[in-house]
Amino acid sequence: MLELDTVTAGYDRRAPVFRGASLTVSPGESVGLLGPSGCGKSTLARVAALLHRPDSGRLVLDGTEVRAWRHRAPREQRTAVGVVFQQPRTAADPRLTLADLIAEPLRATGRRAEAAGRLAALAPAVGLTPDLLARRPHEVSDGQLQRACLARALVLRPRWLICDEMTAMLDASTTAALVAAVETYRAETGAGLLAVGHDRVLLRRWCDRTVDWKECLPVGRTP
Amino acid sequence: MNAANGKVLRALEAVTAERAEDALLSVRGLTVRFRLRGGRGVAAVTDADFDLAAGECLALVGESGCGKSVLASALLGLLPGNAETSGTALLAGASTDAATRGAGAGPDATDLLAADEKTLARTVRGRRVGLVPQSPAAHLTPVRTVRAQLEETVRALTAVPRRARREAAEAAAGRAAFPAGHLDRYPHELSGGLAQRAATALALIGDARLLLADEPTTGLDRDLVDRTVGELRRHVDEGRGLLLITHDLAAAERVADRVAVMYAGRIVELAPAHRFFGPIGPRHPYARGLLDALPERRFTPIPGMPPELSDLPEGCAFAPRCPRATALCATRPEPRAGVACHHPEDARA
Repeated sequence: MLELDTVTAGYDRRAPVFRGASLTVSPGESVGLLGPSGCGKSTLARVAALLHRPDSGRLVLDGTEVRAWRHRAPREQRTAVGVVFQQPRTAADPRLTLADLIAEPLRATGRRAEAAGRLAALAPAVGLTPDLLARRPHEVSDGQLQRACLARALVLRPRWLICDEMTAMLDASTTAALVAAVETYRAETGAGLLAVGHDRVLLRRWCDRTVDWKECLPVGRTP
Repeated sequence: MNAANGKVLRALEAVTAERAEDALLSVRGLTVRFRLRGGRGVAAVTDADFDLAAGECLALVGESGCGKSVLASALLGLLPGNAETSGTALLAGASTDAATRGAGAGPDATDLLAADEKTLARTVRGRRVGLVPQSPAAHLTPVRTVRAQLEETVRALTAVPRRARREAAEAAAGRAAFPAGHLDRYPHELSGGLAQRAATALALIGDARLLLADEPTTGLDRDLVDRTVGELRRHVDEGRGLLLITHDLAAAERVADRVAVMYAGRIVELAPAHRFFGPIGPRHPYARGLLDALPERRFTPIPGMPPELSDLPEGCAFAPRCPRATALCATRPEPRAGVACHHPEDARA
């Protein structure tokens, strides 16, 4: 279970982006969180991905409450969650080749030896060719870079996947290909998914259920 | 139903307008090559042919990296130094009115590809071609308020006297539906949608008859996309021509009169929007694959990835991914009736 329980979060303690948001994702379930831009759904996704410490509220990951965020979080919690962001350009180190980019989480957790094997399995799954793996981000298109970012999110075999507007920058065909890659991974591993976005048609087609941002907030507190 | 009828009417009008040769922009054989180190070349755009009439919206769609944005940059003379362009892109003269219509682009037309930097900078950009940019956040100056940028543009592009500038800037903001209460904000204080409108307001100040919108809806949510394209459509209905470059097929469907599909630097299909998005559907297998990838349709990706523009195959560039490819596809198909394909699909029942 991924449980967000009355979470208040933002970038200024006096004026949080949202108050008291709650959302639960069951193991293996895929949930689409829908909301307009600027509503705070991405901030909630960052909390769920252990990347943003909430002002108050609880995040419980597979029965263990998360008490530390970002680099302070224990490794077994951090590596249980994979994240894909909207903008692959700002989410990729421009100095790394796509192969190094995908293997970076393995290197950071001291499992460099697995890199070759995971790359060989992941590159075809996300549709990257060996030629592309040798390039750096400025030499590939947004769609190709996002494919690498998805592979990077999957390289540690996370039990949870957070996709924050993963396909907002991409064309229809690349969108369908990346969603298919996520779903193949989930079918193999039983991982749960929280997909955040504004495209109702896409998330309805993709996810087991969709939740409107308003439904996450306490009644009467909708801004 | 009414909307559909309106779209059909618009398309018919557009076709009629084209027959009358009332082209605002007439592009023939537009080709862009980039020279790279080591003698390699990138064929970013090849032999693009299209016309755009006043009061018409042409949507140029395709996957990222297919050359759409390069085409827009070529029209504005904003390509980097290692680019080589050929072909013509005639922009109708500023004085083209009812009297001179019917004479094609008119005698005082400008070839955007041949014009020098001085002509482009002083008479074309902003004045005769307005650009609605891809990422408004990067297009706006971060250290100045929206009002300051609007007033500066009014000063640079129009003859409005100093005292009336403030008013003119506010009027420009109003035309793009930018709220007056946000004029004194800096770009980083704006949401994506408001930044987009600020950029659109800037593009409208010079009262250009041709608008180029390069991915104006990227990263906006669905409501904002609808609003942005609705506003763009309004400017088209006021008699401007709009070249909308986008990968967002839903946005194209809402606003376009005609659709041009680009693949690997070539326009592979050019069709009226009502046929393209309607029950008949596109005829090029790539265009059909692109539509079928939509979540409201089959949600199946086109297998494989687009070819590298630096290493295009001899024949049809789509053949390696195409379900209908045969030996014939080793030769390049010439465009016929708006479709460049040896095996175009028949109309869907």
